[in-house]
Amino acid sequence: MPRYLLSRLGSLVLSLVVASVVIFVVVQVIPGDPATFMMGLNATPDTVEALRHSLGLTGPLPLRYLHWVGGMLTGDLGTSYTYRVPVAGLVLQRLQVSLPLTVYAMVLSSLLAFPAGMLAAARRGRGADLAVMGATQLGVAVPNFWFAMLLVIVFALRLRWLPAGGFPGWGGGLWPGLRGLTLPAVALALPQAAILTRVMRSALIETLSQDFIRTARAKGLSQGQAVRRHGLRNALIPVLTILGLQFSFLLAGAIIIENVFYLPGLGRLIFQGITQRDLIVVQSVVMLLVAAVIVVNFAVELAYALVDPRLRR
Amino acid sequence: MGLWLGAVLAGIFVAMALLSFVWTPFPYAAMDIAQKLRPPSAAHWLGTDQFGRDVAAQLMVGARTSIAVAIVAVGIGMGAGVPLGLWAAATRGSWIDEVIQRGGDLVFAFPSLVIAILITSVFGPSAVNAILAIGIFNIPVFARVTRGGAISLWTLDYIRAARLAGKRGARISVEHILPNVANLLIVQGTIQFSLGILAEAGLSYVGLGAQPPTPSWGRMLADSHTLMGLAPQLALFPGLAIVLTVLGLNLLGDGLRDLMDPRLRRQA
Repeated sequence: MPRYLLSRLGSLVLSLVVASVVIFVVVQVIPGDPATFMMGLNATPDTVEALRHSLGLTGPLPLRYLHWVGGMLTGDLGTSYTYRVPVAGLVLQRLQVSLPLTVYAMVLSSLLAFPAGMLAAARRGRGADLAVMGATQLGVAVPNFWFAMLLVIVFALRLRWLPAGGFPGWGGGLWPGLRGLTLPAVALALPQAAILTRVMRSALIETLSQDFIRTARAKGLSQGQAVRRHGLRNALIPVLTILGLQFSFLLAGAIIIENVFYLPGLGRLIFQGITQRDLIVVQSVVMLLVAAVIVVNFAVELAYALVDPRLRR
Repeated sequence: MGLWLGAVLAGIFVAMALLSFVWTPFPYAAMDIAQKLRPPSAAHWLGTDQFGRDVAAQLMVGARTSIAVAIVAVGIGMGAGVPLGLWAAATRGSWIDEVIQRGGDLVFAFPSLVIAILITSVFGPSAVNAILAIGIFNIPVFARVTRGGAISLWTLDYIRAARLAGKRGARISVEHILPNVANLLIVQGTIQFSLGILAEAGLSYVGLGAQPPTPSWGRMLADSHTLMGLAPQLALFPGLAIVLTVLGLNLLGDGLRDLMDPRLRRQA
């Protein structure tokens, strides 16, 4: 086990290093110098150069890379070019939107997917199963931003139940904030729920064909009891893996939805960073997201190895 | 049944795209301000947009954009991914295999939409750069599928016989492995094709895909966003086109998989 752990740890560090180099290099080749962009057309070369210096855009590339990585490791994500504030602060501020939105969407999609997946697995091959599977086919085919627009047309413009966009913040209490996040969360949850339902269904079907379910049935449990007591827990492993991955992707993957609803989330921060050439924001936030995915994958792999010794090869 | 429904749905949109080269109900870019924002009628089947352009004609030409972007993106993924997957399988357990696999894991760790936005903003928004951005993320998908299929083949007797006969790994991969993973690739290709259409729509929606005057479903949706109160039907038709095409391709992919591998039918 120590040897396995060491080799996984080595590949974790290597992945992080390669990812950081790739992100750094890609951001460097983005055309458009941030300093020139910020100073406008009338700036003299001297002032642009001075700004470049104060932004830390001068000096050899490897040195700037090390400076950036060193900062990231100590929690310093750099200073935004346009907002002139630490990127870490911006990220924390945006997470107040993105994190609740992601959790909200995942709760909704789980509430939908768990019962639907269980129903489909229990009624496998029959009407209910076909209906659920048909719905998931539709769910994965609907672009979430289009679904978001339809939700706005119906629930915001016609029925006027919920706001069409914008976010009031958490200052006015929990309710106004949740109201603002409801339509975006529903839009994000739909395709996720479709995928989750399918994973839930196939994991349950897989588990139900195992011998220990037959044993449970033989000792007198009903099919429903066997599913709840023994099947569900085993089927949850792949479901939780997917949930974990969806979480890290939803955090940034909401870019388009955040644009539809004018939400000041993490995705919009990156999007604005790209369009305003606020490259340090792009660089640090993308690195943060990639690192999150890599670390989550690592943790999942490790958890599996702990449970299943066969995987420690 | 899914197979046929999928084939018909996907076929309709491919036919629409092809037909648009020779005929559309109106020239797709022809503006007619006097006729703007009309609901569907006998003359304009799906109505007109804010410039009085015919929505049906725009949809037909938009199908062309979506299909072209998705096909080339799948081509890039297959072109680079399949050889990598074959190579990894042929050298299973070696450092080459390890590098290819870990490289794939790494690409999967990147938020694809963010990177696609980054790429299109580096090289400028255009259909070509959207293709590149989508295609790059297809590479590890095809590499993984190819490797997975190929590895089980390498243990079979006829491959051992080929090795004993003195054939090299590369030749075995091309002559014996590739034809036998082709059905896997066709199925995966259909799925990536539909994902490509969704990705193109998303990129165009935020203004980073095909540029005006080239119509694209995603941009039609973006244009309709500000007109949702006035003309909600403008948001309806391009979205339906995307849903039906993607649905058709997914059903087609699932159907093909069942057809080629009847064993899966029992597991499903």
